[in-house]
Amino acid sequence: MTALLVPLVTGEAVAYWICAPIMVLAALGMVLFRKAVYSALSLALVMVNLAIIYASQDAPFLFVVQIIVYTGAVMMLFLFVVMLVGVDTRESLVEKIKGHTVASVLAAVGAFILLAATVGGSLVTGAVGVGAANTTYGGNVQGLAALLFGKYVFAFEATAALLITAAVGAMVLAHGERLAPKLDQKARARMRIEDYVTKGIHPGPRPSSGVYARHNSITAPALLPDGTVAQDSVSSVLVQRSGMADPESLGAPTKKAFAALETAQGADEEEL
Amino acid sequence: MTLLEGLTPVAPTGLFPLAWLMIAIPLVSAGLLLVLGKVANSFGHYVATLAPIASFVVAVALFADLLGRPEAQRAVSVPLYTWIKTGSWTIDVGLLIDPLSILFALLVTGVGSLIHVYSIGYMAHDPGRRRFFAYLNLFIAAMLVLVLSNNYAVLFVGWEGVGLASYLLISFWQHKPTAATAGKKAFVVNRVGDLGMTMAIFTMLAMFGSSSFEAVNAGASKMSPFWVTLLGLLLLLGACGKSAQVPLQSWLLDAMEGPTPVSALIHAATMVTAGVYLVVRSHAVYAETSAAALAVAIVGTVTLLAGAWIGTSKDDIKKVLAGSTMSQIGYMMLAAGIGPVAYPFAIFHLLTHGFFKANMFLGAGSVMHGMNDDVNMRHYGGLSKVMPITYYTFLMGYLAIIGTPFFSGFYSKDSIIESAYEQQPVLGALALIAAGITAFYMTRLMFMTFWSRKRWQEGVHPHESPAVMWVPLVLLAIPSVVAGMVMNAWIGSWLAPAVNGEVPPNATWLPHITVIGVITLAVVILGVVVAWLVFGRTSIPESVPYTRNVFTIAGRHDLYGDAFNEAVFMRPGEALTRGIVAVDTGVVDGAVRGSGALTVGLGGGLRKLQNGYVRSYGLTMVVGVIVVGLALVIGRLV
Amino acid sequence: MNPNYYVILAGVLFAIGIVGFLVRKNALVLFMSVELMLNACNLLLVSFSRVHGNLDGQVASFFVMVVAAAEVVVGLSIIVMIYRARHSASVDNENLLRY
Repeated sequence: MTALLVPLVTGEAVAYWICAPIMVLAALGMVLFRKAVYSALSLALVMVNLAIIYASQDAPFLFVVQIIVYTGAVMMLFLFVVMLVGVDTRESLVEKIKGHTVASVLAAVGAFILLAATVGGSLVTGAVGVGAANTTYGGNVQGLAALLFGKYVFAFEATAALLITAAVGAMVLAHGERLAPKLDQKARARMRIEDYVTKGIHPGPRPSSGVYARHNSITAPALLPDGTVAQDSVSSVLVQRSGMADPESLGAPTKKAFAALETAQGADEEEL
Repeated sequence: MTLLEGLTPVAPTGLFPLAWLMIAIPLVSAGLLLVLGKVANSFGHYVATLAPIASFVVAVALFADLLGRPEAQRAVSVPLYTWIKTGSWTIDVGLLIDPLSILFALLVTGVGSLIHVYSIGYMAHDPGRRRFFAYLNLFIAAMLVLVLSNNYAVLFVGWEGVGLASYLLISFWQHKPTAATAGKKAFVVNRVGDLGMTMAIFTMLAMFGSSSFEAVNAGASKMSPFWVTLLGLLLLLGACGKSAQVPLQSWLLDAMEGPTPVSALIHAATMVTAGVYLVVRSHAVYAETSAAALAVAIVGTVTLLAGAWIGTSKDDIKKVLAGSTMSQIGYMMLAAGIGPVAYPFAIFHLLTHGFFKANMFLGAGSVMHGMNDDVNMRHYGGLSKVMPITYYTFLMGYLAIIGTPFFSGFYSKDSIIESAYEQQPVLGALALIAAGITAFYMTRLMFMTFWSRKRWQEGVHPHESPAVMWVPLVLLAIPSVVAGMVMNAWIGSWLAPAVNGEVPPNATWLPHITVIGVITLAVVILGVVVAWLVFGRTSIPESVPYTRNVFTIAGRHDLYGDAFNEAVFMRPGEALTRGIVAVDTGVVDGAVRGSGALTVGLGGGLRKLQNGYVRSYGLTMVVGVIVVGLALVIGRLV
Repeated sequence: MNPNYYVILAGVLFAIGIVGFLVRKNALVLFMSVELMLNACNLLLVSFSRVHGNLDGQVASFFVMVVAAAEVVVGLSIIVMIYRARHSASVDNENLLRY
């Protein structure tokens, strides 16, 4: 009697056949949902199911780590960022690249076939089971630890360095705090006048270059009321490069014209 | 009659080592005139006239020396230097002075000198006179190389040289498109003949390892019948090209575009006879193959009829004489093809023809000179009173060519007709008929030019030519009359040893009376009478009369020789060229351009992969991963 | 249980991850598809450690998880920065390197 009541399927099989369909559906959902939050949540569901399967395969440590690290940390991180980036954005499903969807599906199918054929085809014997390995060091965790700090210690150290680098890098990349208060217009104006008082820097704009009757080059200097050249009117770069134009020669045509006018005027006056 | 072996050459003694001067003097003179340029314009023609005269003096001296030797020693070989020496082939440059070649040398230099003198007057007003004389000297040098060489390869050098000189001289007045075209036509048609010549030389080199006359004469009897016949036919092809025999006759009438001295020297007396020289020189080959010899005879017969036919219908005096030349060379070829019994007659006729034909050409030039260079006989008429010296010398030539007894042409032509009739009656009969046609068209020429009433154009005042022109006419008319009587007794025995010929019996200066001779004379008289009936009694129309006579129409169109060449060779050749050009642009260029277009198209297509979207690149990556995975799996690496 | 079932399951998840990576335009969903693919690999590793009877596969799976976490950290901060600059998280916008 009892023999009849003993189930013919193992717990592992039950776990598999319950979790696998849910996983596949959730994965499909992740791909197909238009809202990013739904996708993230579907992925979280996939990961939890994966954890269950790990557990059914005699990997309790991984089961826990999967839930804590992957689902709990990584997926939550994703959710935070989704909420930062735009929680309400609905992605459009219109594909702009021609033939891309069909090609993608075909590529995926191809990858699946490749994987299944090669990896699956390499299985010759059945599963040995990690039961024995688990008890070597007195438990799964102890066994993992022995491997981690024994055979793979260098990989462990490198991964640790990687983690630190990643954390520091993330901080640097995402850090956007201001170190000093932002200057507003009032503060800026005060700064300008303070500079004028203490350092003599003129608060207003610089004078523009001179305009003469026949030249309006930017190397032509402006003249102050007393006839001297205003040094600020020509850019210092131009002064160094090609020098300031000579105001005497620039103003010569005007003076000549005036002189001619005056002689003509004098002649006219004499005539009159 | 005895069959003698060909003469074995002896070493040069006495004057013979200097025989190369005959060739060198005109050659140097030609080079000098061309290089000195305008500087030589004033004196160049005198230098150029002295050159062939010097060669003639040397030739006479050598001839005298040969006359004094016993018969067996009359072939002198003068080796000059080794030209090509490769492997088993050696081609030396050397001269062979024997009875045959000395006669040719005398003819070329003698007639050539007279024509040079004539040209001083004829080309007096031509600005290119210096160039003309340079080319004439070049021709003399090349022709002498041709006849004096002792092997076929050096003969071919002379062959090509005369072809070049002919081309340069036919198209001397380059500004005239007709002249330029005529020069090209002559050169191209000659090239076809040269093909036969080169193949013959190759055959000789392959068979005997040498192309010298001795080697060929010795080896001809050892060749298989197929090869010796082929060799004979190839030599015949070469001879046809140079001698304007059917089927390569189309260039000779067009060659009359050149100045008249050129027509006289090259296309009457000397170059066109080179083919006959070749056939006679290759007597050893033709003795072995009766098929090729018969081919030579048939070619000669066809040409002598064709030339006579054309001569009856042309109104251009030079073209009539050209047709006549073609016909007379046909006689020579017929004689050469008949066999050893007629070789001496072929050369005899060649010599007499050289005299009277050059005489008549120069006479035609004199007539043209007086008629403002008009060649149309329908504008002539009644010139016998106005140009007496020209008329009488031309008359001598006319009587010689139709075969009047005691004149030179009678002896040579009648001998040919007789021996032809003996060996090949059909050919002999045709030659006999052609003699009558010859008489007909020559009498027509005389009527139209000298004997009928005047048909002169406006502003034409015919006058006698200057002395420098009529003196050569007289000097050529004399041999036209007497050369036959003088040489008939002697030439057979002179030439026979050299060409393995047979000494004709009973050769004296008296005409040899035979049945054929009498019939020939009767046919000739018939021809003259018919011409008198057609042209002498009625007046000659000034413009070409309309006729429905198919023979006349065919003759006026050169027996459709040009039309035939065009249809059979030119048009298919043009079509082939067009096809090849199409293949070149389409297939070859198309392949090149197509590969370029393909690359461009491929590039244009491939660049669409770079569309800037990350997801496309992701797709490419995934596909790549799958491909790499497949490769690994298939390569059994995984 | 026949390990082939796990291989099939991992393959299916991997393929779905590929499709999601190639089809979606939201950068975050792209990233999540990558995570899915990594998880599929993890599943395979664990299954094969069971096949071979040692814990090396599980250790490898552990390392994958750690590296994936680091990668997510850096990647998400980059996405945040891009979002701040362009106010859009669509990968289709960066298509200037085109022909």
